[in-house]
Amino acid sequence: MIECCDLTLSYDQQPVLKQITLTLGKPGITALIGPNGAGKSTLLSAIARLVKPDSGTVLLDGEPVVGNQTLAKHLAILRQDNHMEARLSVYDLVCFGRYPHSGGRLTDEDLQKVAQAIDYLDLQPLQDRYLDELSGGQRQRAFIAMILAQDTEYILLDEPLNNLDMKHAVSIMKLMQQAARDMHKKIIIVLHDINFASVYADQIIAMKDGQVAYQGTPEEMITEPVMLDLYDLPMQIQQINDKPIAVYHL
Amino acid sequence: MIRATMLLALVALALASILVGVGDLGGAQAQNILLTSRIPRTITVMLTGTSLAIAGVLMQMLARNRFVEPSTTGTTESAMLGLFIVTVFFPGFSMMSKMLVASVFALAGTFIFITLIHRLPLRSPVMVPLVGIMFGGIVGSGVMFFAYRLDLVQSLGIWMNGDFSAVLKGRYELIWLVAVLCGLAYWLADRFTVVGMGRDFASNLGLNYKWVMAAGFSLVSMIAAVTLVIAGVVPFLGLIVPNIVSRMRGDNLRLSMPWVALLGALFVLACDVIARLLRYPYEIPIATVVGVIGSVLFIYLLLNPPRKKGVRA
Repeated sequence: MIECCDLTLSYDQQPVLKQITLTLGKPGITALIGPNGAGKSTLLSAIARLVKPDSGTVLLDGEPVVGNQTLAKHLAILRQDNHMEARLSVYDLVCFGRYPHSGGRLTDEDLQKVAQAIDYLDLQPLQDRYLDELSGGQRQRAFIAMILAQDTEYILLDEPLNNLDMKHAVSIMKLMQQAARDMHKKIIIVLHDINFASVYADQIIAMKDGQVAYQGTPEEMITEPVMLDLYDLPMQIQQINDKPIAVYHL
Repeated sequence: MIRATMLLALVALALASILVGVGDLGGAQAQNILLTSRIPRTITVMLTGTSLAIAGVLMQMLARNRFVEPSTTGTTESAMLGLFIVTVFFPGFSMMSKMLVASVFALAGTFIFITLIHRLPLRSPVMVPLVGIMFGGIVGSGVMFFAYRLDLVQSLGIWMNGDFSAVLKGRYELIWLVAVLCGLAYWLADRFTVVGMGRDFASNLGLNYKWVMAAGFSLVSMIAAVTLVIAGVVPFLGLIVPNIVSRMRGDNLRLSMPWVALLGALFVLACDVIARLLRYPYEIPIATVVGVIGSVLFIYLLLNPPRKKGVRA
């Protein structure tokens, strides 16, 4: 489990996280939703030690995280908007996902995990291409393959569906669901599309103004009053295949 | 196949480099000439080319910018400042100590440059080397001012214009140090590639970002200092060679660094032979030849960016 205790963080005196106390990381998919600027990405970054909180602690399985190397074997994070200057091939990129486990010298087990990840994301036809030769969606899939190859218990993804068309967005979510079930991964995903959260998440945590506003199962969360309060936008909730689907486009 | 051709070209050029010169290799002095001057020179030229190209590629990965190398980040000028100070105040120092002082200055200069580019809101990647060149210019003009006051402008001119004609047995052995530094760089290649992926990726993969940055900049600074002490400034090299290799072989340093090393040696060796043949039996400083060929190549690279097949996200 990941336990955040009193997590506080400000950028330029603008509070982004306000004393967040939260336990997350149950097996399965946890979706983090909320309006822009709610602090979702910052929370993920603080958990993964990419940003240092002003105060508060994060415990991973009951222990404060010390040492990057250890953390990288247990928790992986993919931020949004990744600009990679380095010109790497897809295959090399995915191989670097194994870096925390064996440095640069890959063992047979590493190579197997790399092949698996490439397989999982349908990247064989692209594996020798350089990242700067790919479209945004293809690149995103390559990054996700790298994170999967890292083979950590916890996976944090910050809006992984950005840049993806509907087909690939659905396939990534199905894949995450499958990874969560088959490999008991604990996946925490920031999602903008609340219907993806409704359909694929086991747990939803909603943030607003740097605080946790609501949390619960999709059935408890995707309701008209909660959505109205969260997004300040009236939505109609309809049941499709037993899942609450929000309609707000009209 | 390409690698075999390049290795062959390297051997051929190295032989040519050993054979070119005023002294007659058929005479009684042949062995002396070879051992005292020709072979040391060829070794120095190759190691300088290799190490400056590797310094360039390291710098580009660490700063995550295609247009930096020691001479566009103030590193070289800072090394020169160190060398100047030690020459003025401690003229009795050995070459090794002079080089070490120059390295420390180079590292400090690089650190100031990195701090500068972190503080300034730079919108375009081209601004980064421009800031570096300005910073280098300020340090360089400071050195020039004191050199002028102390009547040392001539020595400064020698350092600023890379030239291998002064390489002789007993005065070049320090260059072997860069072979060690290049070996270290290759040993750490994966770490530098991970740093080149950016801070977030590097942290995610459990890399100690700061430590690897410090190690990389130290390697670059020492390479800049050693080559400055032995040969002087050789411009453009660290810019062109890594950019060409990056286009052909990508940036996975474990795979690309041998190419960078090979092409760096090849390029400087070719330029050195040209520098010695153009006005035979006189020679022009290699920095001039590298500057002319290098700037043309660099403009070509700038005008022909690599093709992007996909859409930029």
